[in-house]
Amino acid sequence: MTKLMEWLSVLSVLISVWISCFTNRYKFEILDQYKEFILYLPFILIALFGLYAVAVVLYRVFTFNNCVEAAAEVQKQIIEAKEDLAKKGFVFKTS
Amino acid sequence: MVKSTKNNKYSILLPTYNEVENLPIIIWMIVKYMDQSNYNYEIIIIDDGSPDGTLDAAKQLQSIYGDSKIILKPREKKLGLGTAYIHGMKHATGNFILIMDADLSHHPKFIPEFIKLQEANNYDVVSGTRYLGNGGVSGWDFKRKLISRGANFLTQLLLRPGASDLTGSFRLYKKDVLQKLIESCVSKGYVFQMEMIVRARQMKYTIGEVPITFVDRVYGESKLGGSEIVQFSLALLHLFATT
Ligand SMILES: Nc1nc2c(ncn2[C@@H]2O[C@H](COP(=O)(O)OP(=O)(O)OP(=O)(O)O)[C@@H](O)[C@H]2O)c(=O)[nH]1
Ligand SMILES: [Mg+2]
Repeated sequence: MTKLMEWLSVLSVLISVWISCFTNRYKFEILDQYKEFILYLPFILIALFGLYAVAVVLYRVFTFNNCVEAAAEVQKQIIEAKEDLAKKGFVFKTS
Repeated sequence: MVKSTKNNKYSILLPTYNEVENLPIIIWMIVKYMDQSNYNYEIIIIDDGSPDGTLDAAKQLQSIYGDSKIILKPREKKLGLGTAYIHGMKHATGNFILIMDADLSHHPKFIPEFIKLQEANNYDVVSGTRYLGNGGVSGWDFKRKLISRGANFLTQLLLRPGASDLTGSFRLYKKDVLQKLIESCVSKGYVFQMEMIVRARQMKYTIGEVPITFVDRVYGESKLGGSEIVQFSLALLHLFATT
C-alpha cells in the first residue's frame, strides 16, 4: 500500500465517522449534546496540528547546531593539507 | 601494515565538477583518516570534463598516492550526479561503496564512524544525518534552516522514511544493495538521494545513521537555487504516491 493510499484510507474512515454523527441514524444523548462541537472538531484538530507543526519546525530551526568548530577545523586542515601536498610534489593551480 | 581482520574493501566514489581547489584537500583528508584506521579502500574520481582542470589535479594525486588507491574514471561531459555514481560503481572493486561530495562539505573523519556502525549492526545502508545528535550545519542563515527543517518535517510526516536526513549524500552502502537501489530509482539530480533512502526502507533494507556536520563549500560555486525547491516538491509527491 502506498503512503497516498494509507492517508486516503485513514482519512475516509475518519470522515465517514464524522458524517455519520449528523445523519440521525444513531441516537446517542451525547451526540445531540455536543453537536456543535463535533461539527467543528475536524477544523479544530487541523488548526491544532498546524500550531504543533509550526512550533516543532521553529524549535528545530533554533536548535539546529551551528558547527563553528567544524568549519574552523576544515580551515585548519586545508592549510595542513596544502603544506603536506606541496612537500609530496603536488603543484597547485595558480589562478 | 596490519590489515584489518575483516576482508572488507571500501570504494569511495567522488564525483567532481569544477573542484580543482577542493579535490587535493579532500583526497588528502580521506587518505589520512582511512590510513589511520587501516581500512582497505580505493578512491574513484568521476570527473565530468571540468573546464577548471580538476582532472589534471586528479592525475597528480594519482601519481602521489598510487593508482591502486586513486582510480580515475572521467567522462567527456557533464552528465549529472546520478549517472556518475552508476559509472563509478561499475569500476568499483570493493564490497562496500561510500558516496560523498568532493566540495569539503562532508568531512572524511566521519567515514570510520560509518564503517564502525555498519560493522556493529551489519546495516545495509549507513546514512550521515545533519538533523540528529551532534550533527548540524555551518554557514546557514535563518531562511535556509527554515526551508531545510520545514521540508524535512513535511517529508517525515508524509513518507515516514525511517531516516532523518533524506537529501544528504554522505552514505555507505553494501555494494549489491546500492546496485538494486539505483536500478529501482527513477529520479535524477538532487532528489535522487531522497528516492534512494525511501526505496531502501520500502525494500526493507536496514538503515543506520551517524550525525555529521555539514560545512558549506569554501571554494567553488554553489548551485542551490529555486528550482531545487520545485524539484523537491515534485519528488515528494511522486514518492508519496508510489512508495
Ligand atoms: N561527475 C559529476 N559530478 C558532479 C556533477 N554535479 C555535481 N557534481 C559533484 O557532486 C558533488 C555535489 O555537488 P554540489 O554542487 O556540491 O551540490 P550541493 O552540495 O547540492 O550544492 P552546493 O554545495 O551548495 O554547490 C560535488 O562534489 C560536485 O563536484 C556532475 O554533473 N557530474
Ligand atoms: Mg555541496
